[in-house]
Amino acid sequence: MRVTQGTFSFLPDFSDEQIVAQIRYGLDHGWSMSVEYTDDPHPRNAYWEMWGQPLFDLGVSESDVVLREVRACREAHPGSYVKLIAYDSSRGRQTTALSFIVNRPARETAFALERADVHDRVVRYRLASSR
Amino acid sequence: MLSTDTTRPRDRWASGVTPYAEMGYFDPDYEPRDSDILAAFRITPQPGVDAVEAAAAVAGESSTATWTVVWTDRLTDYRHYQAKAYEVTPVPGRDGEYLAKIAYDLDLFEEGSIANMTSSIIGNVFGFKALRALRLEDLRIPPHYVKTFQGPPHGIVMEREYLDKFGRPLLGATVKPKLGLSAKNYGRVVYEALRGGLDFTKDDENINSQPFMRWRDRFLYSIEGVSRASAASGEVKGHYMNVTAATMEDMYERAEFAKEIGSVIIMMDLTVGYTAMQSMSRWARRNGMILHLHRAGHGTYTRQKSHGVSFRVIAKWCRLLGVDHLHAGTVVGKLEGDPAMIAGYYDTLRLDRVPANPEHGIYFDQDWCSLPAVMPVASGGIHAGQMHQLLRHLGEDVILQFGGGTIGHPMGIAAGATANRVAVEAMIQARNEGRDYFQEGPDILEHAARGCPELDAALQVWKDVTLG
Repeated sequence: MRVTQGTFSFLPDFSDEQIVAQIRYGLDHGWSMSVEYTDDPHPRNAYWEMWGQPLFDLGVSESDVVLREVRACREAHPGSYVKLIAYDSSRGRQTTALSFIVNRPARETAFALERADVHDRVVRYRLASSR
Repeated sequence: MLSTDTTRPRDRWASGVTPYAEMGYFDPDYEPRDSDILAAFRITPQPGVDAVEAAAAVAGESSTATWTVVWTDRLTDYRHYQAKAYEVTPVPGRDGEYLAKIAYDLDLFEEGSIANMTSSIIGNVFGFKALRALRLEDLRIPPHYVKTFQGPPHGIVMEREYLDKFGRPLLGATVKPKLGLSAKNYGRVVYEALRGGLDFTKDDENINSQPFMRWRDRFLYSIEGVSRASAASGEVKGHYMNVTAATMEDMYERAEFAKEIGSVIIMMDLTVGYTAMQSMSRWARRNGMILHLHRAGHGTYTRQKSHGVSFRVIAKWCRLLGVDHLHAGTVVGKLEGDPAMIAGYYDTLRLDRVPANPEHGIYFDQDWCSLPAVMPVASGGIHAGQMHQLLRHLGEDVILQFGGGTIGHPMGIAAGATANRVAVEAMIQARNEGRDYFQEGPDILEHAARGCPELDAALQVWKDVTLG
């Protein structure tokens, strides 16, 4: 299966050029950029590992700095999910503005749906990750 | 500015009927205080009725007045409690209509009660014989009163973090047909639409607990569909479970059950009333449940141009009492609404400070004092081929609900969902790349459809459909 988290998972995987276009959009808005990776893309896994600190204060022309980190993270973790995150620190937002997957393992994670009967036809569901 | 008729001075306390304006309910010199609630009413007096007196009557009857002088007013600091019409101006180009601005002291209102605010401001004035029509256009809620509410149980930011979905409109669909499906068939639609790529499916406003499908059965099959789709995508998914019912006890029972089976979201209808909605809001905050509101019935009082209550006022009340989602129009779909007016609704729900903008029907600056924002919902007669228009008019923080536009897809429900998801992602990609996505929208969609037969089919079927 294809894990379809992130802003662009229903499109074909982005080329580096397409990734750079999105980085420029983020930098143009003054957003900080960060890279995160994980082997556990469970939908409730809120904390993927941080690939270094978020990149603050980059100019619009410095998209290559971000792409370099994306590539380095991919090379270090080719079998992991890697996502690029643009973060908007403006008051009233202070949250992620854009987040999309930039690397997927060759064999994607699948989720088995486990069911337990609880009572009166109520089922307790549990998503279990498996590769 | 019109001046009050002062040709017939009389003793303020003489028994009998005294014009409202003379009793102090019109005061052109009044300077509204920062803590006043301000109202903008569109007033259409009956022929022969003075506009100022009509405005003063509205101020009077929505605050302290009754039809005749009462001496018991003198036991109070009555000037303080009187609402004051402080500005009455003819509406340009609308013969016989006037815009009256009325100020209410904060002491007139119970803290944190929309029921009280509505009873005060619209409770007693809309049937006035002296008025041919009366419409509440807008309200300014001062920070002092805003701060007596907690607003949406989650708000846009918390909802996005909870769902882990950023940077694009969310997608939904209302299960169709609205009525008649058995619970098992109903859950099938939920599963197909969600696995195909939608974030949410939705009960319609009138699906509560009818003989053909009781609520508990619907909830159980729907959560099976939600869970299956979540497993198939690795995404958080939800189905708005409608807990609207005859009594609060029933509503709580249904909401508790939705929580027990693991739903992330429930919904209710505007028809349940302000107190019931505020109670459900409190419940939703306490239980970590996203709360969707369907504005069922609003058209009965929001649609007329000269009578009733503007939807932007309803939107303000709903943001205060606290819902996470509220239907607010589509611009391009099957329901009425011009772009400027709908922009006003969306601003009211989403911005922290909403500047006055008469072209959008917003008569006052509104400061929400960091009250969380409400996610507007666009639903009714929209389809994937309009994605560029929807993004342009409605922005990114919105839920686009394609009911027929998902379920009516020629290749099936999941394919309809995929078409919508690919269309929205392609449009966001193009926008972010700096393309003129509004002008190039059809090209962008066509290009995306080359790699996506589901989108291609959707574009063919609904190519030239614009309802309106």
